[in-house]
Amino acid sequence: MTAVEDRPVTAEIGQSRKRKEDYHLITGRTTWTDNMNLPGMVHLAILRSPMAHAKITSINTDEAKGRPGVIAVYIGQDFAETQGNLPCAFAPEGLVNPGAPSLAVGQVNHVGEAVAVVVARTKVEAQDALEGVEVEYEQLPAVLNMEEAIKDGADLVHPNTESNRSYTWAFESGAAGSGEPIEDALSNAEVTVKRRFIQQRLIPAFMEPRSTVVQPIGEGVTMWSATQIPHVLRTLLAATLGIAEQKVRVVAPDVGGGFGGKIVVTPEEVITTLVARKLNKPVKYTESRSESLMSAHHGRDQIQDITITAKKDGTVTGLDVHLLADMGAYLRLFGPSVPVLGAFMFNSIYKFAAYRFVCEGIFTNKTATDAYRGAGRPEATFAIERIMDELANELGMDPMDLRRKNWIKHEEFPFTTVAGLTYDTGNYEAATDKALALIGWDELRREQAERRERKDPIQLGLGISTFTEMCGLAPSRILGSLAFGAGGWEHASIRMLATGKVEVVTGSSAHGQGHETAFAQIVADKLGVAWEDIELIHGDTQSSPKGLDTYGSRSLAVGGIAIVKAAEKVVAKAQKIAAHLLEADEDDLEFEGGSFKVKGSPGSTIAMGEIAFATFLGHNLPDGVEPSLDSDATYDPENFSFPHGTHLCAMEVDTDTGFTKIRKYVCVDDIGTPINPLIIEGQVHGGLAQGIAQAMFEEAVYDEAGNLTTGTFVDYTLPSSSDLPSFTTARTETASTTNPLGVKGVGEAGTIASTPAVVNAVVDALRPYGVDDVQMPMTPERVWRAIHGSEKSERAGAGTTAYGGASTTTSDGEGGAL
Amino acid sequence: MTKISLTVDGVAYTDDVEPRTLLVHYLREQLGKVGTVVGCDTSNCGACTVDLGGQSVKSCTVLAVQADGGEVTTIEGIEHDGVLDPMQQAFHENHALQCGYCTPGMIMACRDLLKNNPKPSEDEIREGIEGNLCRCTGYQNIVRAVQAVAGASS
Amino acid sequence: MISASFDYVAPTSISEAVSALASAGEDAKVMAGGQSLIPVLRLRLAYPTTVVDLGRVDELKGVRDDGDAIVIGAMTSHDDVMHDALVQQHASLIAQATATVADPQVRHRGTFGGALAHADPAGDLGAVALALDCEFVASGPSGERRIAAADFFQDYLTTALAEDEILTSIRVPKLGDGWSSHYEKFNRVAQAWSIVAVAALVKRSNGSIGEARVGLTNMAPTPLRARAVESALAGADASAEAIGTAAEHAAEGTTPSSDLSGKADYREHLARVLTKRAVLAACNV
Repeated sequence: MTAVEDRPVTAEIGQSRKRKEDYHLITGRTTWTDNMNLPGMVHLAILRSPMAHAKITSINTDEAKGRPGVIAVYIGQDFAETQGNLPCAFAPEGLVNPGAPSLAVGQVNHVGEAVAVVVARTKVEAQDALEGVEVEYEQLPAVLNMEEAIKDGADLVHPNTESNRSYTWAFESGAAGSGEPIEDALSNAEVTVKRRFIQQRLIPAFMEPRSTVVQPIGEGVTMWSATQIPHVLRTLLAATLGIAEQKVRVVAPDVGGGFGGKIVVTPEEVITTLVARKLNKPVKYTESRSESLMSAHHGRDQIQDITITAKKDGTVTGLDVHLLADMGAYLRLFGPSVPVLGAFMFNSIYKFAAYRFVCEGIFTNKTATDAYRGAGRPEATFAIERIMDELANELGMDPMDLRRKNWIKHEEFPFTTVAGLTYDTGNYEAATDKALALIGWDELRREQAERRERKDPIQLGLGISTFTEMCGLAPSRILGSLAFGAGGWEHASIRMLATGKVEVVTGSSAHGQGHETAFAQIVADKLGVAWEDIELIHGDTQSSPKGLDTYGSRSLAVGGIAIVKAAEKVVAKAQKIAAHLLEADEDDLEFEGGSFKVKGSPGSTIAMGEIAFATFLGHNLPDGVEPSLDSDATYDPENFSFPHGTHLCAMEVDTDTGFTKIRKYVCVDDIGTPINPLIIEGQVHGGLAQGIAQAMFEEAVYDEAGNLTTGTFVDYTLPSSSDLPSFTTARTETASTTNPLGVKGVGEAGTIASTPAVVNAVVDALRPYGVDDVQMPMTPERVWRAIHGSEKSERAGAGTTAYGGASTTTSDGEGGAL
Repeated sequence: MTKISLTVDGVAYTDDVEPRTLLVHYLREQLGKVGTVVGCDTSNCGACTVDLGGQSVKSCTVLAVQADGGEVTTIEGIEHDGVLDPMQQAFHENHALQCGYCTPGMIMACRDLLKNNPKPSEDEIREGIEGNLCRCTGYQNIVRAVQAVAGASS
Repeated sequence: MISASFDYVAPTSISEAVSALASAGEDAKVMAGGQSLIPVLRLRLAYPTTVVDLGRVDELKGVRDDGDAIVIGAMTSHDDVMHDALVQQHASLIAQATATVADPQVRHRGTFGGALAHADPAGDLGAVALALDCEFVASGPSGERRIAAADFFQDYLTTALAEDEILTSIRVPKLGDGWSSHYEKFNRVAQAWSIVAVAALVKRSNGSIGEARVGLTNMAPTPLRARAVESALAGADASAEAIGTAAEHAAEGTTPSSDLSGKADYREHLARVLTKRAVLAACNV
C-alpha cells in the first residue's frame, strides 16, 4: 500500500536545508541586471506601436535626435540587414514562419511591437525623447479572432503568408500504432460528451521586469540579461546576429522569476546588442511593467474542442482533442511547440483505447505566446480533468469513482499510454487516498448536501484533479522526433579544490528555484563533502560554459542527474589515487561517508579531502594518472519524469453575488524522492498560486482594436496574500525508476494540477443550478451569470475578441456551458 | 533641480534632484541603494517599499522632493553589525522567498505590519501585506515568517 | 517609467498654497498624498507644468472637534484618519471605509481630502461623505467657502472645486445617539477598487428604523445616495425581510459603467445585494 520506496539513508538528501542563496536577497545586496552600471554606459528607450496592425508609412526622428542627451535614434530600416529574425526552435514539416524582426520594418503586427529606439545618456532623457519621434501609420484590419482568422478570405496578419495558419500538428493512435483508431471509438461510443473549453490568455508576470546590458568587447559582446536561458541565448544570439559564438558571453545574474516568461530570445536583447555594437558603447535597456505586460510573451490562449467517449459503465474509450492555439503575431523560441507539448498529456492517467490530437497554430495581431509555467500541460490537464467531471455528470457517477475506474493502477506500471509515452511509476491510489483523508472529503460532502437542502446562499463545491505531467525536458531523441532544433541534455562539472572544497558547475541556471542549496545536498552525499563546502557556479557562459538552462521542471531531473554522473566520475578517479595512497587494490576499496576504506581493514581509510589535496600536490600519484579529480558529465535523459498527485479544492460560492472563496485546498504530490522538502513545498505553494490565479483571477484581455486592456497591474489582477488561502500540502514518494536519484520535477506540478480542481469545485457547487461550466477566470460576474443563466458569461468590455471570439456553448446541443 | 537633504539608512545626504525624480530612482541611481527595486508603474506591487519617517511607503509613488528632510530606511539598513533583522532571519528560516525580487519590499512591509500590530492573526497578516505582490511563494511561507517573528517577540 | 518634467512648489500654509496655485497657471496640478497622481504622471497620462504639493501645509493635517461636527484636515492621511479617536467616536463609518482603501503603504501617504478631491467613482470615501452629509471646505483667491456633499461630486473625476481652489477640510456632522453604520465593499482581488460598495447609516428607534442614509460607490460617474432605499427604510422594521424589500430600490437612479469587473446590470444587482447586507449589518441584524 505505501508508496514510499526504500531509499538509502543519507546525510543531506531529504533534509530541509535552509537556502544558501537567501542572504544576499534578504539584505538587498543583489545583482539584478538593472542594478548594473558600466563606465560610459548609455540607455535605451523603445517606442512601441499603439496599433495592432498597420503599415508604417513614415517615421521622423529629427526632433528626437535634437533632444537633450540623445545620442542616436534608430528605426527598423537601420537594422533591416543586420537584425535577422528572432529564432524559433520548433520547425515541424509544413510550419509557416513569416519571420520575426526585433525592430519593426515597414509594418507592425501587434500593439507594443518595437518601432524605434532612442539612445541617450540617461534613461530619463531617452524616455523623454520618445515623444519626439513621429510615426505615421496606415491602419490595417486587426486579426484578433482565431476562428475568423482561418476562414477563407480572412485578412492576413503577415503579407508574406497564404493564410493565418502557421501549422497543423496531428497525432492519432490508430495511425501511430499506440492504440485503436479514434474513428472506431467515436462511432462505437455508448456515451459521448463534447465540450469547448477556453484557455484564456495569461501573462507570466515575473516580478523582475526584463533588463539587458550589453558591453561590446572587440568583435564580440558580453550580455547580462534577465533570462532563464543564458546558454541557449548565447548560441542563438550569435546565430541571429552573425557573431562568432566564442565571442559571445551571456550572464544571467540574479534573475527575478521567469515561469517561462524569460525563456525566449527577446527583441529587446537583440536591439540592445545591435545598438551597443553600432555605438561601440555599453548599453542598458530595462522595461517598465506596462511595457512588460504588453510586449513580453503571453501564455496559454487556446480554444479546446474536446470529445470523450465511454461505455455506459464508465469505462473511457476515446479522447478526441482539437485545439486552436493563438501564436500571436510571431513565433517565438518555443511558441508553436507549447501546445504540442500538451499532445502527450490529454489522456493523462487514464487508459484510453483511442486518442486523437490535432492542433492548429494561428497568427493574430496580438503579443506572441510562448511558455508559461506548465507550457501545454496545464491546458491538457485542465481539459481532461474538466471533461472527466462532465462525463461523470452525464453518467450519474461520482467523479472520483469514474477516475478510479479508469486510471492506471499501481501494479500496471510501467505503462505505455495511448499517446505513446511510457510512464515508469506511479501510485494514484495512494496519493488520492491521502488527499481525501486530509481534506475530510466525506464530511465536506455531508455539509454540501446540507447546504443544498436548506438552499443556503453560500453553496459548497468539491473539485478534483488527479493529474500527471511529463517533465524533465527532455530526451534529445524525442525532441529530435518532434522537429526541435535542440537536444534536451544537461551538463555538469565538479572541481575539487586543494582545500577540500568543491565547486559544482551546472548548465541549469536558476532564477529562484534553490539550485545552490539542493544541488549541494546531492553533491554532499555523493562525495561525502560537507554541504557548506560546496559552491554552485551557474548562469555565466564563461564560467559554466555548457548547458541548456532552466525550464520544463528539468533542473533536478536532468541537471541534477548530470551532477550525479560527474560526481561518480570524481569518485572513480579518486578511487585510483586512494588505492595508490593506501597501498591497496582498487577493488578492495569501498567509498562511504566521504572516505575510501579498505574492506576488512578498519584503520585504513582516506578522506576525499585528503585525496583532493594529494592530487593538488601531485607528488605521489599512480603512474599515468593525471593530477586532477575534476570531472564533467553530460546527461541525456532516457525518458521524461512523471510527477503525479491528487489535488482537492473545497470552494464556497456566494450565489447572491457570484463571489468564490477557497475554503480548503489539499494536494498530495508524488514527485519521487525528495531532495529538499522545504524547497519542494515552496515550489508547490507558488505553483498552486499561479494555477489558482488562472482559474479565478487572471486574464490578458484585448479590446476590439487589439489594445491590451489589462496593461497594468491595476487590471491584470495577480492575487495578493488576501486572495489566497493557506494550502495543505503533502507527498507520497514513488521513486522514478528512470534516473538514479528517483526524482521527478516539481516546478510546474502545482500550476498544472490546480486549475481544474478549482473550476471543478465551482461547477460542483453549482450543479443544482444547471451549471456545467464557468469560463476562466471565474470572476464573480461570470459565476453570477452562470447561476442566473441570463446570458453567456463573457466579460463585459472584452468585446468579441477576448478569447479569439470563442463562446463556450457546447457543440452537442444540450447541457450548454454558459 | 531642487535641493533635498535626507537621511538614508543612517547616512545624511544632500543632493539636487529633478522634481519628477521618484524616491526609488533617487535611492537606486543617485545613492546606489539598488537593494530597493521597481516592479511596476502603478503602485500595485510594493517591491519598492521602504520606511519613510517611521511608516512603510511605496518609494515609486513618492517623489524624492517629498522626502526632503525625512528619514528613510531601506532593506540595506536593517541589518546591524552583521546581525540580520528578525524579519530577514525569519524569511530565511521559513523559506519565505524564492527569486527574491519582491523580498526587499515584502520584508519592509512585514516589519511595518508588526510595528502596528505585534500579534496579528493570519487574516490580519494577509491583509497587512496585500500591497505587496509575490509571484513565487504563494505567500504561505511569508505568513509563516511573520508569525515566527510575532511569536518570538512574545 | 518616469513622469514628464514639471515645476514643483511646496507651500507651507493655505494662503501660500492658494497663491502658488494661482500663479502656476491652468496646467498646474495640486498634489495631496500623490498616490493617484504619481502613477498617472508616471504613465504620462497627464502633463502638468507645475505640481503644487500640499504635503508641507501642516494646518491641513489632523482632526479636531468643532462642537456639532468633527473637522478632518484634507491632508490627514488615511492611516491617521482610521486611527483617530474622534473619527472612531463620531464617524466610525469613515474609519471602516478608509481601512478598505488600497493597502497599508498607500494609506500611509494617501489623504482623506486627496481621495475626495480626486473623485474617482470607485473610490470608497465619496459615498461615505455623502451618507454622512459632510461639508467640504475650500479655499481660493476669493476666500473660503463651504460646499455640501450633495453638490461636491459633479461628474467623473470632477468636483465643485474651482481650478484655483484647494480643498482644505471636511466637516463631518456628529450623528448623535442611536446611529450605527456599515461599509460593505465588493471587489475581485483585495487590492482592487470597489466594483460596487455601499455605505449605510441607520438610526434605530424602538426596534424599527427611524432614519437611514445609504451611499453608493461606483454606481454612477459620481458617488450617490440611494434615496429610494432611504425612503423605503424610514419607519421600516429592522428585519431582514423589510430591509431586503427596501434594498430592491438600490439601483434606482444609478447609471453604472460596464468594464472588466462587471457590466451595468451586474452592478445594479450587486447594489441591491450589498445594500441589504450593509443595512442589515448596520442594524446588527
